[in-house]
Amino acid sequence: MSNLLIMPILIPLFTGIILIFFANSIKVQRYISGFSALLAIAVSAVLATQVYNDGIQTMNVSNWEAPFGITLVSDMLSALLVLTTSVIAAACLFYSFRSIGEDREKFYYYSIFNFLIVGVNGAFTTGDIFNLFVFFEVMLMASYVLLVLGGTKIQLRESIKYILVNVISSALFVISVAFLYSVVGTLNMAHISVRIAEAGNHGILTVIAVLFLIVFGLKGAIFPLYFWLPGSYYAPPAPVMALFGALLTKVGVYSIIRTYTLFFPHDIFTHDLLQVLSILTIVAGVIGAIAFNDIKKIIIYNIIIAVGVILFGVSIMTKESMTGSVFYLIHDMVIKAALFLIIGIIAKLAGTADLRKMGGLINKYPGLGWTFFIAALALAGIPPLSGFVGKLLIVRSGFESASFWGSGIVLMSSLFVLFSVMKIFMGAFWGSERAFKDEEKVPVKGLLAAPAILTAIAVLYGLGTEAIYPVISLAAETLTNPDIYINAVLKE
Amino acid sequence: MMKTNDIILQTVTKVTLFVIILFSIYLFFTGHYHPGGGFIGGLMSSGAIVLLLLAYDIKTVTAILPVDYKKMIGAGLLFSAGTGTGALIAGKPFLTHAYTYVSLPLLGKTSLHTAVLFDTGVFLVVIGVTMTIIQTIGESE
Repeated sequence: MSNLLIMPILIPLFTGIILIFFANSIKVQRYISGFSALLAIAVSAVLATQVYNDGIQTMNVSNWEAPFGITLVSDMLSALLVLTTSVIAAACLFYSFRSIGEDREKFYYYSIFNFLIVGVNGAFTTGDIFNLFVFFEVMLMASYVLLVLGGTKIQLRESIKYILVNVISSALFVISVAFLYSVVGTLNMAHISVRIAEAGNHGILTVIAVLFLIVFGLKGAIFPLYFWLPGSYYAPPAPVMALFGALLTKVGVYSIIRTYTLFFPHDIFTHDLLQVLSILTIVAGVIGAIAFNDIKKIIIYNIIIAVGVILFGVSIMTKESMTGSVFYLIHDMVIKAALFLIIGIIAKLAGTADLRKMGGLINKYPGLGWTFFIAALALAGIPPLSGFVGKLLIVRSGFESASFWGSGIVLMSSLFVLFSVMKIFMGAFWGSERAFKDEEKVPVKGLLAAPAILTAIAVLYGLGTEAIYPVISLAAETLTNPDIYINAVLKE
Repeated sequence: MMKTNDIILQTVTKVTLFVIILFSIYLFFTGHYHPGGGFIGGLMSSGAIVLLLLAYDIKTVTAILPVDYKKMIGAGLLFSAGTGTGALIAGKPFLTHAYTYVSLPLLGKTSLHTAVLFDTGVFLVVIGVTMTIIQTIGESE
């Protein structure tokens, strides 16, 4: 029993609550949320080291024993994701200070921001399938508010779509949990895993697995369920877009990883299905990324490509491919947050997101240009930057398990990713200098700090692969060997 | 337009209001062992306030109950989350509750349970949320 693992959930929760009382004094809100964001990073770092040294940490909420009550479980994967979330949240928060605007700040922006982090961290930490649903809802409620806050026309239009899609997928989520419960009679994830192993391979379990794939796929944006994403993520301001792009889809991806490794590790049909869908996801994402001339749209479609790459690694289900997927997952969270924040600055400078209407920014803003350049290379996976190792491991294990088509497409996709982000670099930074309307008002230096730090983290993540490898490998170990997780929770 | 005459509604409200609120408090406390609890109690209390809103108008009601319902949500959340966190100080897992039995005058043997504090939070949040929603809709008219 360790209460440490609930701290990354409690800190933002209390911050969010306290900030309700300070709705009118923006300064106090900023100090409190800034302090708590840094505290959350420290606590999750301590948690991650503890998990690394002492193994999986569990906590039975309300002191109810494991299969009966709700258990929170921090294995290496979830601890790492919580740490990454805390870092990204802090970056987006400090970016928001300078860009989000007083109107939103007075309308509980920081409270809702923190509630979103509660949901995300909770979803990463929980060991109970119904509790996962609850944290999904916390996260979604907060995301509805963040999406609609500001009330511009495009936001309202996209919010309706977003809410509709998510209400339907939440209903499906409850239905699939109910199905699963009626088959195995438990909600504790470790216990479900034991019961499913005992029950053997029934057709109904495959149905449930596919249902879960639909539910989490809607959130994680896999083919063909990603249709709502490019529109909805386009609407909110940059820091919210970064939060959504870096965190929300990854919660869906995490849930697929967790359920497919823990519940259905031997179901061949569903893993084949996942593999085919992930490859199609990559293809669909690539088409979007190279088709658009809108910088936000390009990066948004890059989310979809990354989801495909990660899930392709998951579908292969070897230890090496899992290591690759976890590597790539964390890399992608950091780099996507950085890119969205940078894109936000560029769009603000140019007053438009249309690539054809901008150019020549490198003369006035070399820092911005080179940060974007490095982040873009890291996204494409140019060695020694952060995307390289994950993709290398995924592709190698793909070839080893004779998934030649998939691995080939993952390799090809890197080229297209590089092409799509270089298009932004060349379009926005090269070419003749143009004068933009609101240029003077944008505090570029202050805004650039957050994405620059994230990019630096991504670079270090790539350079320090040797040092990080044992940590990631430990996370993949738990994924490929569910017994470790089960024993930690049920203590048999 | 002539103002509608709601003297009957207003007179009845003055009496029933207290009955409803008393019943909601009863529901709140009975909730630990029987049907009831913070959620349904809070809902009933806000029902009483809504009745007041119907019989009078927003101005009168805010004069009677000068409460910022959004802060009420915050206070309720603070209560609930705080109760859960109290367990951490005692070294128990989050949300672990404590209870004891005491003999009180008049009531006799009574159980005192920290779940009541948690439920107080729920009670406040429910009133806060319901009233915020209703006021927001009502104000826009």
